[in-house]
Amino acid sequence: MGEPVRIALRVNGEERTATVEPRESLADCLREHLGLTGTHLGCEHGVCGACTVVVAGRTARACLLLAVEADGSEVMTVEGVADGETLHPVQQALMEEHGLQCGFCTPGFVVTLYALFRERPDADEADIRAHLGGNLCRCTGYQNILAAALAAARRLRGMARA
Amino acid sequence: MKPAPFEYVAPGSIDEAADVLARHGDSAKILAGGQSLVPMLNMRLVRPSVLIALRRIAGVQYVAVDEACVRIGSMTRQSAVEHDGAVRTACPVLGEALRLVGHPVIRHQGTVGGSIAHADPAAELPAVLVALDGLVTLVSTRGRRSVPAREFFLGLLATAAEPDELVTELVFNRVGRPGLTCGWAVEEVSRRHGDFALAGAIAGVVAEPGGRVADARIAVFGVESTPTRRVGAEAAVTGSRCDAKTVADATAAAARDLDPLDDLHASGRLRAHLAGVLVQRALERAYRQAVGGDG
Repeated sequence: MGEPVRIALRVNGEERTATVEPRESLADCLREHLGLTGTHLGCEHGVCGACTVVVAGRTARACLLLAVEADGSEVMTVEGVADGETLHPVQQALMEEHGLQCGFCTPGFVVTLYALFRERPDADEADIRAHLGGNLCRCTGYQNILAAALAAARRLRGMARA
Repeated sequence: MKPAPFEYVAPGSIDEAADVLARHGDSAKILAGGQSLVPMLNMRLVRPSVLIALRRIAGVQYVAVDEACVRIGSMTRQSAVEHDGAVRTACPVLGEALRLVGHPVIRHQGTVGGSIAHADPAAELPAVLVALDGLVTLVSTRGRRSVPAREFFLGLLATAAEPDELVTELVFNRVGRPGLTCGWAVEEVSRRHGDFALAGAIAGVVAEPGGRVADARIAVFGVESTPTRRVGAEAAVTGSRCDAKTVADATAAAARDLDPLDDLHASGRLRAHLAGVLVQRALERAYRQAVGGDG
């Protein structure tokens, strides 16, 4: 029962394969099989949002998606957000606005905001709050994360106009 | 944290899925969007020997709107329904209820059929289906049948679906008549936005041009083990202009004869109290919307 299966994914633009048990989550597959440990596992039952990734263009909690279910899909993790050594505006703003302390939850916030701004460049504060509602942070008290998100939104809109 | 081992099957059609389900019955679980089932697997609250994934099946992801109803394929993602323009016009209560389901990331993966089949008493979609007198289409190797929502939800995570049946379509009946205006409101109390509701209420009002209520729908969820329509409250409102006394009578009627859940999240007394408060809020907002206020 539950014989390992071979799956193929396109992760951050690279073709990858892995042999996984059907019960393994995408998060475990990324971390254990593909060495992408930027995706953090907090609660492992879909509450904290630390493991948020983008699958087939939509955000997903990698702890709630079996790796076999993602077979054949395009996956983006926090490792794919920056452009080489240049941080994405979301990452830059989190750093500048002190939007992180211990950093454990940060990959989930980065991916959530990245995906939101890519889909809705005009996202306002209410949209940002609605999307960040699914991510928990035990350090910052959220205000600096919200400030960083608003700063990133302004910067991204400026870049789009330029 | 890992689920107990299971065999994973991803059939390519409903017939094939029904076949596999008929062979395994109770020892199998259907995997739709996984936003309720996978946490339960991770915590080993359920340990199926076979997981039947529906993701490869074509033809169960659709939204079809006609004069009478909105039909939704069971594997349609909640976010797709939430952002569907035709649904917003035909059945605005669906969009309003969906915005209270988890978070955007959950609704990207979670499906409409999954939420209905899971039958969590605090879930919003089953309550909408009950409020709209909806239907659940079930398929097995024995055939296809339609079950009215009020007969489908039997109790805590329990439904009328037999072990060999799977949900393929949900029918949400439209409410209203030409020339009349509608208003809908969903109200709930939860500890944090996106958490399970401790209690919730849905109100729908169909108003005549003069403001008289021609038809009303009132349902509560998260209060009893299943979502229920509060017909006494609906009767109290119908024919009225939703004045303060009518609203008070309807609220009292909605909170009467409840058999509330009583657990560590909220006592039965609190849930019954919240049911009344939330029905009042929802009813007042729905009526304002129906007669042209802001809602």
